[in-house]
Amino acid sequence: MVAGGFGVGKTTFVGAVSEINPLRTEAVMTSASAGIDDLTHTGGKTTTTVAMDFGRITLDQDLILYLFGTPGQDRFWFMWDDLVRGAIGAVVLVDTRRLADCFPAVDYFENSGLPFVIALNGFDGHQPYSPEEVREALQIGPDAPIITTDARHRSDAKSALITLVEHALMARLG
Amino acid sequence: MTTPPASQGSYGTHHGPYDDDGDQPLVRPYAMTGGRTRPRYQLAIEALVSTSVEPVQLQGLLPEHQRICQLCMAEVKSVAEVSALLAMPLGVARILVADLAEAGLVAIHQPGHEGEPGGQPDVTLLERVLSGLRKL
Repeated sequence: MVAGGFGVGKTTFVGAVSEINPLRTEAVMTSASAGIDDLTHTGGKTTTTVAMDFGRITLDQDLILYLFGTPGQDRFWFMWDDLVRGAIGAVVLVDTRRLADCFPAVDYFENSGLPFVIALNGFDGHQPYSPEEVREALQIGPDAPIITTDARHRSDAKSALITLVEHALMARLG
Repeated sequence: MTTPPASQGSYGTHHGPYDDDGDQPLVRPYAMTGGRTRPRYQLAIEALVSTSVEPVQLQGLLPEHQRICQLCMAEVKSVAEVSALLAMPLGVARILVADLAEAGLVAIHQPGHEGEPGGQPDVTLLERVLSGLRKL
């Protein structure tokens, strides 16, 4: 899974490392899956369409890795629950100028127990804060890796994925 | 006698039904599923679909079922890809793929979901993914 706030570069990240141009799938959210709270904001509308971009990496003849960018609006938790099942882990992309945007994703993965790494996406090559400063600000425990990345570059995206799978493996073995 | 030219009015700039400009498909999505909104069994969004049916076996199937079989014939595809490439909502793709699986026309592979509770990938799978990523 590739998560993070709106406009943080999730689809860019997926596109950088995917072997296909990112595809978009849409799910229809009904009142049954929305929960009561959400309906108060939709003025009686009972369905909403949630779009999700994803990519694909063929790793071996019989092994395909799919990268799903989580829906931009964090309130679509039912889609996240769907994605978490069977997922290896999550890359949480963070724009350090808008740190708070990643809080819902971090909370979600901490609660669900899915291994995650924090990837600081350096816009225009700038990384104004060090990973340790961000760890302090986000109150992230020492286990979750925090790395810097440039979501536009294939090598950076690939390296973020490797860090994530290594972390997931350590979590499994540890 | 001349035939009148085709109207260039509002149709002159006609877009396809699934262009990204807010057009709605002509058929409501769940009409394809006979109104069913839940598949017979739960397919993961990343579940892989493959088929080795002969074209002759597709005769008599619903057009949407045929399109799914044709899509998954050349190359294995995930449920998410079926949804995206055939421009149908994820829930509809799940139901139609499950129909085909039940009829024995496609095979489903859900590797990450077997064996362990919670559906987490096992260590062997993680090691294979890691090794595959490093070789990219």
